[in-house]
Amino acid sequence: MSGVEVPAKSVRWGRYAGLVVVALVLLVYPLVLETSFLQTIGVLALTMAIAATGWNVLGGYAGQISFGHAVFFGTGMYGTTLLVTAGWSPWLTMVPIALLAALFGVLIGLPTFRLRGHYFSIATLAIGMMVMSVLPNVKPLGATDGLSVPFLDEGFWNLTFSLRDKSAYYYTALGLFAVATLVTWLFLRGRTGSYLEAIRDDEFAAAAVGVPVWRYKMYAVAMSAALTSVAGSFHVMFVTFVDPASSSDLSLSTAIALIAVVGGAGSRWGPLLGAWLVIALQEYTRTYLSATGRTVDLMMFGALIILVVLVDPRGLVHLAGRPFARRS
Amino acid sequence: MTLLSVSGLTKRFGGLAAVDEVSFDVEEGTVTGLIGPNGAGKSTLFSMIAGAQRPTSGRLLFDGREVTGWQPHQAAAAGVGRTFQLMRVFGSMTVLENLRTAAYLRHRSKPAARSHAAEICAFAGLEEVAHRPAATLTGATKKRLELARALATSPRLLLLDEVLSGLTPTETAAAIELIGSVHGQGITIVLVEHVMQVVMSLCPRLVVLDFGKLIFDGSPEDAVRDHAVLDAYLGA
Repeated sequence: MSGVEVPAKSVRWGRYAGLVVVALVLLVYPLVLETSFLQTIGVLALTMAIAATGWNVLGGYAGQISFGHAVFFGTGMYGTTLLVTAGWSPWLTMVPIALLAALFGVLIGLPTFRLRGHYFSIATLAIGMMVMSVLPNVKPLGATDGLSVPFLDEGFWNLTFSLRDKSAYYYTALGLFAVATLVTWLFLRGRTGSYLEAIRDDEFAAAAVGVPVWRYKMYAVAMSAALTSVAGSFHVMFVTFVDPASSSDLSLSTAIALIAVVGGAGSRWGPLLGAWLVIALQEYTRTYLSATGRTVDLMMFGALIILVVLVDPRGLVHLAGRPFARRS
Repeated sequence: MTLLSVSGLTKRFGGLAAVDEVSFDVEEGTVTGLIGPNGAGKSTLFSMIAGAQRPTSGRLLFDGREVTGWQPHQAAAAGVGRTFQLMRVFGSMTVLENLRTAAYLRHRSKPAARSHAAEICAFAGLEEVAHRPAATLTGATKKRLELARALATSPRLLLLDEVLSGLTPTETAAAIELIGSVHGQGITIVLVEHVMQVVMSLCPRLVVLDFGKLIFDGSPEDAVRDHAVLDAYLGA
C-alpha cells in the first residue's frame, strides 16, 4: 500500500556490536582463563544457558512459568545415558531424546494448561516433585544409585574429552548453545513469537485476534522441553553420571527458571547472562564453603531474586540497554 | 444478506438468566446499537457471539453457518473482530507489534503482516505512538488501539464493547469519525454503548436488552418513544 507513513524504528547498531563482543568474550574465555575450575564454570554456565533458553520459550515468551523443567533436563540425562550404554553415539541420542522430552512436555501440558498463572506454576512444581519421588524406585534407571555413562574413548564423536583441559567440552557446549539460540530465534522470529508473546500478555485478547491459544502453548512447551533436554544430554556426557538428585531435583528446576528470570525472561540474551551469574555464584560458594555451601547458594539465589526485582524486574540484561535507551 | 443471526440465545449462571431467549438478525454492512441498563446482559451476549462464552441454549449463525458454541479464535478466523470493555491490549508490545500480531491472522509472512499493520496504524491515526509500548498509552489511545487491533484481523463483523465510554468530547468525536470510516469500508458493526447521543447518531437501528430479555428492536426515534424502553431506563 502506498501513502502509508509510519516512521520506521531506527536500527540499533548497538545490538549487533553487543553480539560481536559477547561472541568474542565467549570464544576467548577458556584461552585466557586456563584453570580447570574456571573452565568448568564455563561449561556448566553454557549448559544451563541452553536449558534456560529452553525454559525461556515457555516461561519468558509464552508467559507460562514452569517449576518443573528438571523433568526435561533429566529426560536428556537419563535418555542419553541409556542409549550411549546401548552403543549409540551421544550426538545421535540428542534429537530422539529431545523429541521424547517434547512428548513429555505435551503430556504435562494437557492437564496443566487448563490452569493459568500461579496455578499453572504450582502444577508444574507438583509434577516435578512427583517425578522426583518416583525416580528412586525405577530399577531400569538405576533407582537411587543412578546410572553411569560407560567409559568411552576420547573424541568428538563420543563427546568425551580430556578432563585435564576442559576447553574441548567448553567449545562443544558453546557450539550447542549457538545452535539452541539459532533454533529458538528461527522458532520465534515470525508469527509464532508474536503469538506466544500475545498469550503471555493477555490470553483472552490473543484468542480474540485469532490465536489458537491451546495449540500455541503446546508448541511452546514442546520446543521448550526439547531444548532443555539437549542441555541434559550434554550435561550427562560431561559429568558421566546421573541419579535422581542430580537430574530431577527441585532446586534444578528452580535454578533453570531463576537463571532465565535473573538474566531477563522473554529476552534473547537473558539466559546466557543469568547462567554465567548464577553458576559462577553457585560454584564459588560451593568451593569456598564446601559442605555448607549447598544451602548458602540457595540463600544467594534468594538474594539475587530480590536484587533483580529492585534493580530491574525485567532482568539484568536490560541494564545493558539502559544508557542507550532513547527517551520519547 | 444476513451476516449474523441470533435465535433464542440464552445464557444462565445458576438460576439467573443473564441472556434470556434473545433473537435478532444483523444484515451485512449495517451498524446496530445494542443498549440496555447495567447488567442487562449486553456483554454476555457479545461474549457468546465472539465465542468467549458458550450459550446455555439457542443458536448462533454466522454467514449462514451454524457456529453455536465456537471458540474465540474460530470466531476471529471466520471474521468476527471484537474489542473488550476493560481494555486488553498486549502491554509489553508496541502499538505496531499489537497490530502485527492481529494481522498475522490473514498474513502469514512477517513482511506482509508488518505492512498490513502499518496500514491499519495509519488508518486509525496511531502513527505518533506506533513504537510506544501499549502499556504506556492513555486510556483513549488504548481504546483506539483495541479498535485498530480488531480491524487488523480484517473482520467482516466488528463487535465494539463501549469503545466510547470514558472519552473526552474531543476524543469521542474523533472515535465516532473512526467508527464511521470503518463502516465506510463495508464492515458490519454491532456496538454496545452507554453514551446515548453517540448511539443515536451512529446507529440507524437499536436492539435494547433489559434483564437479559430483548425488549425493543427498531429505530432510535421509535426507541425513545417506546414504553418498555423508557421503563427500563427510567423505572416504571
